[in-house]
Amino acid sequence: MTDTKLTLESVSAGQELPELRIPVTPTTVVLGALASRDWRPMHHDKDFAVERNGTKHVFVNTPHNAAYFERYLTDWTGPHGRLGKIRFRMKDSVFPGDEMVFHGRVSGVREDEAGCGWVDLDLWLTVGDKTTTECNASVAVPVREGDNPWTRRGDDWRP
Amino acid sequence: MSEELPPIPDDVSAWIGEQRYETVGEFDVERGYVFSSCASVENGNPLYWDEKVAQDLAGGVIAPPSMISVWFRPHYWAPNRTEQAQPLQVHFDLKERLELPEAVMTDNTIVFREPVRMGDRLKTWQVLRSISEPKTTKLGTGRFWVIDVEYVNQKGESVGTESYTGFGYRRAAR
Repeated sequence: MTDTKLTLESVSAGQELPELRIPVTPTTVVLGALASRDWRPMHHDKDFAVERNGTKHVFVNTPHNAAYFERYLTDWTGPHGRLGKIRFRMKDSVFPGDEMVFHGRVSGVREDEAGCGWVDLDLWLTVGDKTTTECNASVAVPVREGDNPWTRRGDDWRP
Repeated sequence: MSEELPPIPDDVSAWIGEQRYETVGEFDVERGYVFSSCASVENGNPLYWDEKVAQDLAGGVIAPPSMISVWFRPHYWAPNRTEQAQPLQVHFDLKERLELPEAVMTDNTIVFREPVRMGDRLKTWQVLRSISEPKTTKLGTGRFWVIDVEYVNQKGESVGTESYTGFGYRRAAR
């Protein structure tokens, strides 16, 4: 987590985010499932996952995946970054023994009619040479020093 | 193959646009789960760990936006509950009523509005937005549907909307 405060003027389209690498263990998978209150056995019981789901092991659940993407974004923006919208397309599962690598690129920078600064991003998660999740996100960041997206309410917040 | 699917029953078509399964969360939004979620992904954002930062930036302690659905997942067990509660029940209803035994989620979009604060008791409901004509993909023949899940706080303010695209299908013959 950086302490820097990203502002809209410091970001430009095409900018790449630093990669984030996460080695996945069975504990990783179970921690995420329990933290998201997902009790389904394919996220903690290897026998069930293999015999009933036909997968090679337990696998990372969707809310855990979302929490990783949120962390990846706010590691970059700092705490002033406020997530407005996120879209996922899950293409493949992530298993213990995999190394997840998160990638991101700024697709656009804009200020809306309410004066809120937005960074639009393409994000993707790879394991080896395979993309397992594709994601688009819009995160509000301060337009300039002194601005704070978290204070926006009602019609001033248009995600 | 597509003509093999039965037509959409009229009462299922009538679900489109209707609020279904209004549910109040089983517990107040609380910090223990926020810490568990942040720890599970090593999220060190001080907004969730440092009360002063949370007060200065957001007017108090809030939950990470991506936790929005966590507050509605039912307990694994509860007294007097005889059936396992299902999140996204409309999805399972559609599988059953459209006679499509398999289903996958292909797309999930979440829009975040008011921050979720500690002590909030959230309410949710599901709205079926659309059901497609029969489609054939590599998985089989079935129908796509879009379900919105709305979330509001105890003041009636929207805290977010999730939109799921599902594909219910019959497996392609091998």
